[in-house]
Amino acid sequence: MNWSGLESLISGVNKYSTVFGRLWLSMVFVFRVMVFVVAAQRVWGDENKDFVCNTKQPGCTNVCYDSIFPISHIRLWALQLIFVTCPSLMVVAHVKLREEKDLKYTVLHEGSHLYSNPGKKRGGLWWTYLLSLVFKAGFDASFLYVLYRIYHGYDMPRLSKCSLDPCPNTVDCFISRPTEKKIFTLFMVVTSAICILMCLFEMLYLIGKRIQKALRVQNSINRLLFAERHEIKNLVPPRSQTRRHYSPQSKSLSKMDKAKETTTTL
Amino acid sequence: MPSWGALLAQLSGVNRYSTSLGKVWLSVLFIFRVMVLIVAAESVWGDEQTDFTCNTLQPGCENVCYDHFFPVSHIRLWCLQLVFVSTPTLLVAMHVAYRNHGDKKRLLQVRAEEAELENLKRRRLQLTGALWWTYACSLVVRLLFEAGFMYVLYALYRGFQMPRLVQCVEWPCPNVVDCFVSRPTEKTVFTVFMASASSVCMLLNVAELAYLVVKAVTRYGTVVLHFSSICW
Repeated sequence: MNWSGLESLISGVNKYSTVFGRLWLSMVFVFRVMVFVVAAQRVWGDENKDFVCNTKQPGCTNVCYDSIFPISHIRLWALQLIFVTCPSLMVVAHVKLREEKDLKYTVLHEGSHLYSNPGKKRGGLWWTYLLSLVFKAGFDASFLYVLYRIYHGYDMPRLSKCSLDPCPNTVDCFISRPTEKKIFTLFMVVTSAICILMCLFEMLYLIGKRIQKALRVQNSINRLLFAERHEIKNLVPPRSQTRRHYSPQSKSLSKMDKAKETTTTL
Repeated sequence: MPSWGALLAQLSGVNRYSTSLGKVWLSVLFIFRVMVLIVAAESVWGDEQTDFTCNTLQPGCENVCYDHFFPVSHIRLWCLQLVFVSTPTLLVAMHVAYRNHGDKKRLLQVRAEEAELENLKRRRLQLTGALWWTYACSLVVRLLFEAGFMYVLYALYRGFQMPRLVQCVEWPCPNVVDCFVSRPTEKTVFTVFMASASSVCMLLNVAELAYLVVKAVTRYGTVVLHFSSICW
């Protein structure tokens, strides 16, 4: 299975993610994809051959294996990893779209740009990013639920009893390496849960930042309105405008300048 | 195999910010642990379950005995150990990336030239302040992971030796059944080799930690001396 192609695709997303997004990406690649490829696949490698039933009846072992493992853990995890990493591609696609629009605009309007920075999460891109997070968490959670339902709670019993046709009466069947499989199942479940939590944190962080920004803008508008109503002149311009005149000196120095301005007006 | 390559590429990138002991540690890790694991150890353990033979005709007995004596295979433990031990280095990489990002933002606001920005990418950060703490913490975490995995291996398999014969009394095996492990001597050799490589890595980590502490103390000492010479 060629995971390196997916890895290179997703590494491009790193540029447009927040801190939590980058952490999530490292978590997924190191603890999930790597462990899946180098360890988990080997553990499940011989599952059909070493599944043994206490019977000589031909076909019984096959039928019992099929009923106990409708879809193997390994295949479920491979699907989960693919589905979970794909929503990030939505963000990459949106940024590419913006860059193309910007290029067309620049060609038409001779130099001026439509987007100062196509990768900055503003407007439509913010919503795309949030949506991708929702999808990521949603896919992870649904795969965890599916695994839970199929295997009755991440269980891996040593012995299962099977009484389907053509097995005579009840037959004891033994899974190969149940303890090792259980350990890896729990490991993958725990890492999935951590990834879901990280997605939720990131969503809260994004929404919180947006609210904070909106409150700040509202605050500066209120200040201006107050100044107008009470006829205060020569007011220090709001912070969003002072940033244009940001000097390379320390922030404390520019605060002093602002203080000087207010003292001269009073 | 491509996954190991990606991880190793990441680690090599971080190599720039390590001390010389850190670079030695990385080489020992690559050559004596990852390479040996991929090239040799995996083929030794490749047929572990198929060639685990029990002296019984009872169906299911072999599976159950194998599972009882090998809850987690050595190979899987080493893979997990290598993955976990490489992770703290990524913490350092993240810290460096965070610092670079902050500096880049500041430089862009001052409208610096391209050359300065390029310099930023290529410069070698000093191991002082917060970066020193991140690096020291990553060393401690690495040590803990190494020691933890070594202990788990030792406790699970009651030492580093692979027995030739194990006696199994699990259900559904009738009475006591003799089971024979495949290639026990070769497996013992590789277990001892990986354990020694792991101990060498732990020693290197301890030495690196001591070096960092001594460097920090001497730096603090010279600063104190400098201040005292100015005051008096």
